[in-house]
Amino acid sequence: MAKEQLRFTGSGGQGVILGTIIIAEAAYMDGKNVVQSQSYGPEARGGMCKAEAIIDQDKITYTKVTDPTLLLSLTQISFNKYVKDIHRNTVIIVDDSINVPQRVKEKQEVISLPIIHSAKEIIKNPMASNIISVGAVNEALKLASEKSLEAAVLNHVPKGTEELNVRAMKLGAELVKIYRGEIKPEAKKESTVRKKEA
Amino acid sequence: MAEKQARFQLLQGNEACVEGAIAAGMRFYAGYPITPSTEIAERSAVRLPQVGGKFMQMEDEIAGIAAALGASVAGMKAMTATSGPGFSLKQENIGYATIAEIPIVIVDVMRSGPSTGLPTSPSQGDVMQAKWGTHGDHPVIAISPCSVQDTYNQTVRAFNLAERFRTPVILLMDEIVGHMREGCELIPTEELEIHNRNTRMIQSMPYALGEGQYVPHMTSFGDGNLYNITGLFHDESGFPTNNNQIAGMENARLMEKIKVYKYSGILEYEEEEMEDAEIGIVCYGGTTRAVQEAIRMAREDGYKVGMFRPVTIWPFPEYELVNRAKQLKRLIVVEHNYGQILLTVQGIIKGDTKVEFIGKVDGTTIRPDEIYDKITDEEE
Repeated sequence: MAKEQLRFTGSGGQGVILGTIIIAEAAYMDGKNVVQSQSYGPEARGGMCKAEAIIDQDKITYTKVTDPTLLLSLTQISFNKYVKDIHRNTVIIVDDSINVPQRVKEKQEVISLPIIHSAKEIIKNPMASNIISVGAVNEALKLASEKSLEAAVLNHVPKGTEELNVRAMKLGAELVKIYRGEIKPEAKKESTVRKKEA
Repeated sequence: MAEKQARFQLLQGNEACVEGAIAAGMRFYAGYPITPSTEIAERSAVRLPQVGGKFMQMEDEIAGIAAALGASVAGMKAMTATSGPGFSLKQENIGYATIAEIPIVIVDVMRSGPSTGLPTSPSQGDVMQAKWGTHGDHPVIAISPCSVQDTYNQTVRAFNLAERFRTPVILLMDEIVGHMREGCELIPTEELEIHNRNTRMIQSMPYALGEGQYVPHMTSFGDGNLYNITGLFHDESGFPTNNNQIAGMENARLMEKIKVYKYSGILEYEEEEMEDAEIGIVCYGGTTRAVQEAIRMAREDGYKVGMFRPVTIWPFPEYELVNRAKQLKRLIVVEHNYGQILLTVQGIIKGDTKVEFIGKVDGTTIRPDEIYDKITDEEE
C-alpha cells in the first residue's frame, strides 16, 4: 500500500483523537508501520481539534501529515480550516451537516455521510460519531482488516458500550457503501439516507 | 494480579517511558502532573500497583522529586516526570541528588516557552537548563529519545546509568515524542541488561570507595546501617567537612566519574548517511524525524547530506562530531529553540566547516521542507 496520511478534524470532545488511535492501532495489528499524533489547545472541550495518523508499509520518518490522503471533518469550522491544506486528490469524508463548496466537490472525492445524525438516531448515542467515522474511513480507504479494526475499537471503548460501538463501526462502513451505491439502504434504516432539510 | 502485557503495543512516548522504567526496575514514582508529561504520571499510577510498586501524587513538583529521592535512598528505583515549569522547580533537588549521589531518573517533556508558555506545543528549550539549571559545577547525564521505541530503550538506559554512577539522569523528551503514538516492543526485563547499585557498605563508611573505584556503594536506608546524607561536601562518613582538600577531591570525583566512564555506556550517538556526506545535520529528539525525511528528499536530488544525532546530549559527543566534521563543508544544527546545542557545536567546530542553524519556537514542528530548503540553498 502507498503511504496513507489521515487527518481527522472536529471539535474537542467528539473523539477525533481516539478515532485516529483506533485506526492506527488496527493497522499496526495488521503489521503496518504507524504514527499517530494530535494537536489541541488547553481547552478540555469545544476547541478545534486535529488528529493525525500515518500508515505505511515502509519506515515512517516525519511524524506529521504533510499531504493528507484523507480529510475527515465533523464540524464546518474545522472543515473550512483544513480543506485549505489539501494539495491533491484527497478523499474527503464529512458529516452531511457540512457545506462543501462546489469547486472542492469537482476536484476531490467528497463522501458526505449522516454521521452525527446516525449516531443520534440509529446508534442512539451521539458519542458514537467518532466510531462511525472510523468505520467509514476504513471502508473508504481499506486501511485495516475488519477483524483488527473491531479489536482496536474494543480496546478503547468503555465497558458496557462494546456492542454499541461495534454496531457504530459497522454502520460507518455501510454508510460509505450506500453512498457509493454498492448496497441499497434497507427500509428500516431509511434515516441513513436522510434527505437534507430544505 | 496484573494482566500480562502484550509484547507489541501502540503507545505514546510518555507511556513507553513508563513501561521502560518498570522493565528497568522502577518501583516508585512521585510527581505532580503537567502537560505534556501527564501520561507518565497517569500510567505510573495504573501500572506501579500492578507490579508491587508505589505511586504518589505530591503537592507540587519539588515534593515530587524529593519523595522520589527518599524512595531511592530507601533502595527503590525511582522516577519523577514533569515539563518546563516543573523542571525549573526541581533544579535544587537535582543538585542535591548530584552531591549526595542518589540515583534518580528525572523526565522533562519539553514544551514551548518560558513560564507556562504553550503547554501542548513542542519545544527543545530546556537543553541548557538540563546542563546548567542547578547551581554549582556538576556533571550531567541527559538523554534525548527520538521515537516511541527509542523512549522505551533509553528509559531503561537512563535507569542503568543512574544506578551505575549514583547520579541523577535526565531523560529530555519533547512534546513531539511524548505525545505521539507508535508501535513499541516492550522488551521484557529478562532480555534486558539491567544494572543495580551495589548495596554492600565498604568499611562501615557510606561514601568509602573500593580500590580503583569512582562510585561509592549505596546501602539502603532501613537495612540496618545508619548514615548521614547531606548536600554539603562530605567525607567518607557522609558528614559535612570544610576540609578544602577533601571538598576539592570530592568535586573532582563527581566530575570524573562521568568523564571516565563516558565511553563505557554513557555516550551514545547515531549517524545516518554520513559516509560520503558533505553536509551534516545535527539534531536530537523529536526534530530527528523531520531531518530524516529532509535527508531522504535531498538525497533523491543528489545532495550528499547525512545526520548526526547525539542520543546522549550531555555529555555531548564532542570528539565524534569534530572528527566527522572534517569531511563536511556545512553543518546545520536543527532544534526547537534559539540555538542551544548550536552554542556547543559552534564552540567545538573550528576550521572550514560552516555552522548553520534552523530554529523554531512558534509552537509548530520544524517541517522537512524547511530543512530541505536550507540544504539546497547554495547561497548560504
